[in-house]
Amino acid sequence: MDKVQTTSNMTGERIRKYLSEGKRFDGRKMEEFRDIIIETGISKNAEGSVRVKIGKTEVFVGIKMGIGVPYPDSPDKGNMMVTAELLPLSSPRFETGPPKFPSIELARVIDRGIRESKFIDFEKLCIKEGEKVWTVFIDIYSINDDGNLLDAAGIGAITALKNAKMPKYDEENEKILYGELTNESIPLSKEIPISITAHKIGDNLIIDPTREEEDISKTRVTIGSADGIISSMQKGELKELSIEEFNKVLDLITKVERDVFKKIEKFLK
Amino acid sequence: MTTYKRPDGRKHDEIREMKAKVGVIPNADGSAMFSFGDTIAIAAVYGPKKMHPQHLQNPEKGTLRCVYNMMSFSVTDRIRPGPSRRSTEISKIIEWALEPVLMIDKYSNMVIDVHISIIQANASTRCAGINAATMALAHAGIPMKDLVSSVSIGKLDKELVVDLNKEEEDFKEGEGSTDIPITFTNQGKMTHIQLDGKIKSKQLKEAVELARISCKKIYEVQKKALKEIGEK
Repeated sequence: MDKVQTTSNMTGERIRKYLSEGKRFDGRKMEEFRDIIIETGISKNAEGSVRVKIGKTEVFVGIKMGIGVPYPDSPDKGNMMVTAELLPLSSPRFETGPPKFPSIELARVIDRGIRESKFIDFEKLCIKEGEKVWTVFIDIYSINDDGNLLDAAGIGAITALKNAKMPKYDEENEKILYGELTNESIPLSKEIPISITAHKIGDNLIIDPTREEEDISKTRVTIGSADGIISSMQKGELKELSIEEFNKVLDLITKVERDVFKKIEKFLK
Repeated sequence: MTTYKRPDGRKHDEIREMKAKVGVIPNADGSAMFSFGDTIAIAAVYGPKKMHPQHLQNPEKGTLRCVYNMMSFSVTDRIRPGPSRRSTEISKIIEWALEPVLMIDKYSNMVIDVHISIIQANASTRCAGINAATMALAHAGIPMKDLVSSVSIGKLDKELVVDLNKEEEDFKEGEGSTDIPITFTNQGKMTHIQLDGKIKSKQLKEAVELARISCKKIYEVQKKALKEIGEK
């Protein structure tokens, strides 16, 4: 009756054997993504919101704007905060309670992907230098975990930002008029950072793992890049990579980044 | 006597458009979505499974554990993600609303987890949550005597209306707004009632009757959605 919490060794063996023959359980190629379905405007009260489905994996990402005080080292720049919640609703493996490492890492990887690529023009989010700036909240919720929440969250974050509208701001009372949106978008750059994660299973590199594949992956590398320019990176899990393998990861991700961009392009206008 | 006009043009006993769907989260043992107009709730059920930690196990009967959670962007003023005092209380209220219809006496030392998330809020979120949760429990195949249906009754100034929206919840004129969320089993037993505001006992009795009639309508929507998934 209890759900299996990890993938069994036997299944793992079979996945590795299949991969060594260039095959995957669901018939995909190594560098092939599952179908990506995006739906925008899932929550009216958010300034921007999307549902991203990659196969059976599903996340919600919402954008809220707030007013805050700028950091002392950037008095003329807006702020950004990314939080992620791995809801117990989305998998028997997630539990309620304070955020654990996976959700913290997820939020931080997405944060870096957006921040370091300079996707958001923070200077335009300054209201009054040194006193008042806009804060962009990017909140990520898992709805169904079937592997690769990282990339789903990354795609969710950029599409939600692209679709978000600034709320009205009452300058006299220095208050946000929530619920009243302007036609103005959040100031974003043209280069859209997409983060893609490659996993090494046995000696094979794959993209967009299912839950089972992710369970037996010993190494992953997440790279955020826009049009071939890499701006953020994180290697996760225990196993080491050789330089040769790392170069392969780079080539693979650069290629896949373009493929994914084409798939989601129409939601980024 | 009907002087109050509802901002969205509904009749006083009219519920907002309801949508119900079963099986929205593939990982869960049971799941459902329920919405009243712009208020959307999803619920997932995991279990029955062994209760951990062990000291929480009850050898006499199974345990129902509910968690109600609002997404940070579900409301106009962003709320901090994670549990709050409000959500903790609502979670317990939902447990009390649901448990009477569950037949979990034999699930000793086991737990059934119900997770409810509000995606978009426009008042009556706990009612939508309860409605989604009862469907998710049925979808998970948990033995149940009955379904429950939940609705909020409002008293705006002096008049009773069904299924308050946010604008009505914030109604300030006259005697203001009284919000009474009520949950009924289909058999007509009350499993949950709360009240915020001011009302006389005679009118409260009327409100309860009104809720009973409204819950029957909600029950039909829930039943239909459950049948649809059964036929697939």
